[in-house]
Amino acid sequence: MSSKLPKPDLATLPKKAEARDLNFFYGQFQALKNINLPIHDRRVTALIGPSGCGKSTFLRCFNRMHDLYRGNRYEGEIRFHPDNINLLGADIDPIEVRMRLSMVFQKPNPFPKSIYENVAYGLRVRGVKKRSIIDEKVEEALTGAALWNEVKDRLHEQANNLSGGQQQRMCIARALASDPELLLFDEPTSALDPIATASIEDLIHQLKDKVTILIVTHNMQQAARVSDFTAYMYLGDLIEFGWTDDVFFSPTNKQTEDYITGRFG
Amino acid sequence: MSSTAAANTAESAGNRMRYRANRHVKERVIELVLMLSALVAVFTTLGIVYVLVKESLVFFRAVPLWDFLSDSQWTPLFTDAHFGIGVLLSGTLTSSAIALAVAIPLGTVIAVYLSEFASDRVREIWKPVLELLAGVPTIVFGYFALFFVTPLLQRFIPGLPGFNLLSAGLVMGVMIVPYISSISEDAMRAVPMALREGSYAMGATRLQTALRVVVPAAFSGIAAAYILGISRAVGETMIVAVAAGMQPNLTLDPTQPAATITAYIVQVAKGDLPHGSLGYQTIFAAGLTLFMVTLIFNLLGFWLRRRYREVY
Repeated sequence: MSSKLPKPDLATLPKKAEARDLNFFYGQFQALKNINLPIHDRRVTALIGPSGCGKSTFLRCFNRMHDLYRGNRYEGEIRFHPDNINLLGADIDPIEVRMRLSMVFQKPNPFPKSIYENVAYGLRVRGVKKRSIIDEKVEEALTGAALWNEVKDRLHEQANNLSGGQQQRMCIARALASDPELLLFDEPTSALDPIATASIEDLIHQLKDKVTILIVTHNMQQAARVSDFTAYMYLGDLIEFGWTDDVFFSPTNKQTEDYITGRFG
Repeated sequence: MSSTAAANTAESAGNRMRYRANRHVKERVIELVLMLSALVAVFTTLGIVYVLVKESLVFFRAVPLWDFLSDSQWTPLFTDAHFGIGVLLSGTLTSSAIALAVAIPLGTVIAVYLSEFASDRVREIWKPVLELLAGVPTIVFGYFALFFVTPLLQRFIPGLPGFNLLSAGLVMGVMIVPYISSISEDAMRAVPMALREGSYAMGATRLQTALRVVVPAAFSGIAAAYILGISRAVGETMIVAVAAGMQPNLTLDPTQPAATITAYIVQVAKGDLPHGSLGYQTIFAAGLTLFMVTLIFNLLGFWLRRRYREVY
């Protein structure tokens, strides 16, 4: 093994969530094939793989985004801890699921509202009315997303006036404001320049003490930089999963190695 | 020998140039034809404004503008003639207000439903049905108001006259619904899916997503739909002419009969008055007033669109 420090045994690490025999279908097309993958608590797990491998599809299973479209079907389970509920269960309300998980999208998607109202959105949706609570949460979330100092004097300006990188950090603040247990990032920096990308990656580093993070990325360096664990997927199959440095420096699967070294993908 | 070849090459190059120049001329001609077609619309508008203003000036030479705006009677055919446009304007505004009170809420709700809640199948059936409603000739709506809606209303409002603004306004509202719902729905459907997903991902319900994210994002388009609806209501002629009566009546009471600006123009244009008389000239002044009202709303709509436009 390449790493110097002894790593804790994977089996003993607490899990926040766990995919069990997960299959997913877009109509007739099977996009995920029998995925079994743990998401460790308060760690960053990166999903990598070539376009169309199913990594975004997998991510969007967690907050049931697929329920928004007709003809999508899940099989199997995503167990969510500590209460050990199946997020995909037929009796589980996707809205309740989304109350506990937040998502940051590929392109910043600010709502046509002020910065303040964007960040407060999750609270308003949850019926929070008290101004003092909302004020406090908005500040906390914007501070958490390293944006507070830049926007504190213009909270009531339209969010669209922010730069792309600021918009994405605002979207992260929006996701944080409702105290999610699991944060889903779907290629959050693919529309951003290198400086904005670096600030988002720093942010992910800071956040992982508080919240479990699952991130889809096209950028292998990014996966190496930000994640504790890496899962490599290909054509709907999970090919390899392990500690990020193991996956990157001593992959057990030839295909993973080819992809990581750039010979394929 | 070689010099002839060179000359030949030069000549053929020149031919190519000529051919291209020729094609250029064709392009120019087509461009000109396209521009002239566009100008037809512009000149028609300018022509209308010119006639309205010119004929109105004749009218305003006889009737002071202040009297026109402030007089509380509209009796151009009486010996003691009064020309208070406010009388007709009150009919127009009352019937339009009733129409919009029906059309804006109903049209918006239908648009939200079709865009955010209805399945593709339902939408495919409902949209053409609604657009069919917009295709019904307004004279049909007018008689529907007079012979169906008014008797119905008379059951609930005793003493309601056979001609009244309420019935005309209500039916006019129904007529305008498809304009508002169709344009608003298009605007809402143009809101990118990424915004809806962002809202759903925060745990929002469909209704919250529709009202808090989609409607604000589509607001400039929805505002444009409202403005179009207002312009339709203000300019609508047949329904009010048939169902609201033609007596000028300074009132904001919807249960009264009253003439609108448009109904008055129809009445006079039907030909009771000799050309060139002051009475005849009134229709141009009334028409100009109508034009100004519509213009104000269109400018307001233009401003709203600019103010609330979202670029994606």
